[in-house]
Amino acid sequence: MRFKDVFSIMGPSMIGPSSSHTAGAARLGLAARQTLGGQPDEADVIFSGSFAETYMGHGTDLAAAAGLLGCAPDDVRIRDAIALAEAAGMELRFGTELRLGGHPNTVRFALRKGDRTASLIGCSIGGGNVEIVNVDGFDIKFLADCPTLLIDHRDMAGTLAAMTVIVGRAGLNIRAMEVDRQSRSGRALTVMEMDQAVSDEVMRELGALEQVDRVRLVDLNGEERA
Amino acid sequence: MRFATLAQLTEQCREAQTTLGRYMLQEQVRESGSTEAEVFGQMESYYQVMKEAVRKGSTEDTRSRSGLTGGDAKRVMQYREQSVPSLGGEASMALAYALAVSEVNASMGRIIATPTAGSCGIIPGVFVSTQERFGWSDAHMVEGLFAAGAIGYVIANQSFISGAEGGCQAEVGSAVGMAAGALTELRGGTPEQAVHAVGLALKNSLGLICDPVGGLVEIPCIVRNGFGAVTALAAADMALAGVRSVIPSDEVIGVMKDIGAAMPEAHRETAKGGLAQTPTGKAILGELRKKGGRP
Repeated sequence: MRFKDVFSIMGPSMIGPSSSHTAGAARLGLAARQTLGGQPDEADVIFSGSFAETYMGHGTDLAAAAGLLGCAPDDVRIRDAIALAEAAGMELRFGTELRLGGHPNTVRFALRKGDRTASLIGCSIGGGNVEIVNVDGFDIKFLADCPTLLIDHRDMAGTLAAMTVIVGRAGLNIRAMEVDRQSRSGRALTVMEMDQAVSDEVMRELGALEQVDRVRLVDLNGEERA
Repeated sequence: MRFATLAQLTEQCREAQTTLGRYMLQEQVRESGSTEAEVFGQMESYYQVMKEAVRKGSTEDTRSRSGLTGGDAKRVMQYREQSVPSLGGEASMALAYALAVSEVNASMGRIIATPTAGSCGIIPGVFVSTQERFGWSDAHMVEGLFAAGAIGYVIANQSFISGAEGGCQAEVGSAVGMAAGALTELRGGTPEQAVHAVGLALKNSLGLICDPVGGLVEIPCIVRNGFGAVTALAAADMALAGVRSVIPSDEVIGVMKDIGAAMPEAHRETAKGGLAQTPTGKAILGELRKKGGRP
């Protein structure tokens, strides 16, 4: 099911004018910020499909900038978000591109903070709901509506078992899970959508696994964590 | 959620001898792991935002950022005081309130997407006007919002709720169906009658394209919200009178998906067709671009 619960239909509470082009874009900006792990110094935001055709009229660019600043979709700062982002020292560039065969409301973020980079492609699927379809070049799908672990690791036998043992021991249930790898024995990304909040301790334990490079947490309904 | 179709939803409500609204509340509690008080409280806070948007839009200046729209809700409010509206007092109030919330949305004010921002006026228009008229409690209205959510949940998963995917029928059409079904239940109709109201309402918007002038959620979105609220009242009345949707509502939802999938891209929120490409629509777009793209 693309829409999981009653509040994906009723809501969100948001600043107008469009749930897909304003609220959805704000949430995708926030997901991109969380994927980077903080406020970007530099951000390229590339719209395609209906986003590309109508983003100025809908304030899609304002909303995406607001998300990158950490604003929720009902934050009145959305109205002035580009100016606020620039005042905060963020270098923002907007563009459009043609993407064939994708969802009509798609946006691609390429972000940099210091020497760290992240990229995210996401779609606004209606009513402010979003679906992320690619992170850092890996084709993985998740909704970001619950605590979601992004685990960068090497493709190696036993890795998934070791990771699921850690979350299982902590009493956490995995709602959905996806893995994509660059190549056999190469870099891989595992995404776990969780039913419960994930503690810093669990994040540390996962990060301590020998084959794991990095653990990130994306949760559009949760509090931001450093 | 333990239902995927309106038929399953009705069946489960019948078995549990409960309403669509109470059933959805329980399902949400089960699905989220939150308490009933938390889940109910969140929906109640949404209802307060809706009421505030009605108040703001029917009494304050709501000129949109583009300057293209605003003030229509106030115009209808004034007209219904000075004249006898063809719709009568009650339906014209639903019309005015729906316009009000849509105008607040266009002015970048705060609203609740139900199911989307483009269609955010219909449910508040129907709910707030009927609450005033029948003297219902907020708690009763919040149960009605859960009923609307249950209907929308089925439509969203079996079809679309975004104009970019399925045209205006997916946004305004879905909202009218949700409002019609919920109002039928609020007025004491059975789950079966509520579901008939959904099918009756949806049939009236099949094929409606999404063709916003200049790509803005203003023309024709705002007036379609006004019309939508009135249609929801009519569908609920038919269902309460015993009129049935001969084509089962789940099949109507299915055909909405087929029609949306067949709709040309120009008619799915790209502003490349329909009203957006009329001579006046194009002239408005040109004016907006001259102003630097940002209205």
